Amino acid sequence: MGKVKKSPWLLHYDGSSCNGCDIEVLATLTPVYDAERFGVVNTGDPLQADILMITGGINQQNAPVVKQLYDQMPRPKVVVAVGTCACSGGVFRECYNMLGGADSTIPIDIYVPGCAARPESIMDGIMKAVELFQKRSDEHDRYEKEHKGEAGPVDPNINTARDKVRMKEMKGAADV
Amino acid sequence: MNHTILYVIGAVLYIVGAPFLGCLMDGVERKLSARMQGRIGPPVLQPWYDFIKLLNKQVVTVDRAQFFILMSYLVLMVMSGAMFFSGNDLLMTFFVLSTTGTFLYFAAIVPSSPYSSMAASRELIQEVCYEPAVLLLSVGFYLATGTFNARAVFTQNTSLVMFLPGFLAAYLFAMIIKLRISPFDVSTSHHAHQELVQGVTTEMGARNLALFKLAEWYEMVFLYGVVAIFILNSSPVSILAAVLVDLAVFFCFVLIDNTNARVKWENMLGLSWAVTGLCSGVNLLILMMIR
Ligand code: SF4
Repeated sequence: MGKVKKSPWLLHYDGSSCNGCDIEVLATLTPVYDAERFGVVNTGDPLQADILMITGGINQQNAPVVKQLYDQMPRPKVVVAVGTCACSGGVFRECYNMLGGADSTIPIDIYVPGCAARPESIMDGIMKAVELFQKRSDEHDRYEKEHKGEAGPVDPNINTARDKVRMKEMKGAADV
Repeated sequence: MNHTILYVIGAVLYIVGAPFLGCLMDGVERKLSARMQGRIGPPVLQPWYDFIKLLNKQVVTVDRAQFFILMSYLVLMVMSGAMFFSGNDLLMTFFVLSTTGTFLYFAAIVPSSPYSSMAASRELIQEVCYEPAVLLLSVGFYLATGTFNARAVFTQNTSLVMFLPGFLAAYLFAMIIKLRISPFDVSTSHHAHQELVQGVTTEMGARNLALFKLAEWYEMVFLYGVVAIFILNSSPVSILAAVLVDLAVFFCFVLIDNTNARVKWENMLGLSWAVTGLCSGVNLLILMMIR
């Protein structure tokens, strides 16, 4: 229910980027591009975010951080990888400490290419993410309606320990 | 008898209408800020969209008690506003308002997250800063009208601002702190450019944050309403004047918000008490002398 797509709140996480993409992400909030006209708020809080935006690749050190941020975001949520590094590891791909792009750690929905990604394409990525966000929210509502009173929907991208426990419980219940 | 009905209507209008008015004010504020920064800005109804979105999100709470505490915060806020808009005892109204601040403190401190806790203690400091001005205002009001009842303004021949200019200045200053407008957004900022970003709302998501926003809207309408008692008098024209003054204050606050950086809490404390002491204090002395 409700048009959630009018209010996408972003959480921006800088992986191991060269900071080129981060500057472009911030540029989308400046008067020239003004992402806020679509309701975008750059929040620093995973608990309030709808869209996780990752710049830069994933290395050994930030992998757990990215995973935790993703887990802390309430559903429905969408993840956008911004820049070649976040998409595939980019120029850092072969480094000894790299795991690869952001999809090596968490599921990515939208890939925004470019080195650095242009603000226009970042905006485009946000708009795509917003559509997906609305779709997920609708699906969530439909599920809730059809399965009133049952346990909530299980995301195929389960990550949190709590979700896993719930998954087990539901399986157990089905066996009985 | 007739008047009693009017006051009840005032309270009911506040309870029903304040969220919409507050939401609209919030939206206009964001739009105005954006225009001041040379941006197009979000739609005016953006806070409403945000509110709906928040209600649709999965509820993830760190501490269950938070919802209950926030609920109490909201109820007390509505209560203090309704008491004010029904023309009741000003002193009592402000006491209830202080209590709401304490509930916000508890809501921020129960999840025991470091950022939230830090913001909670800052919220208490904010309360210490604005409280003297607000309480002294009721004293000044009593000296000028001979009663604590807010409805007394409608029997005055001249606007109270003639007797209480210092109190108005101190109250406006306190209002900047209470509404968490930069430079005094020490506990929580509405913008993501400060060292303590989400402040007291750090551990509030989905439904809880929506409750917080709702309380904020109630609070905003209430605080701007208090400005009006300085302007209102027995003539109906004063209502128009009060609205105009409120609009001017609103615009100035947005301007201040956009042109100032956050100060340290020590400076806020010193500054707010100095302003309160000077403006309210001198005004109080003069009032006592001419009485
Ligand atoms: S994609 Fe290019 S600009 Fe962006 S973080 Fe990687 S190297 Fe830097």
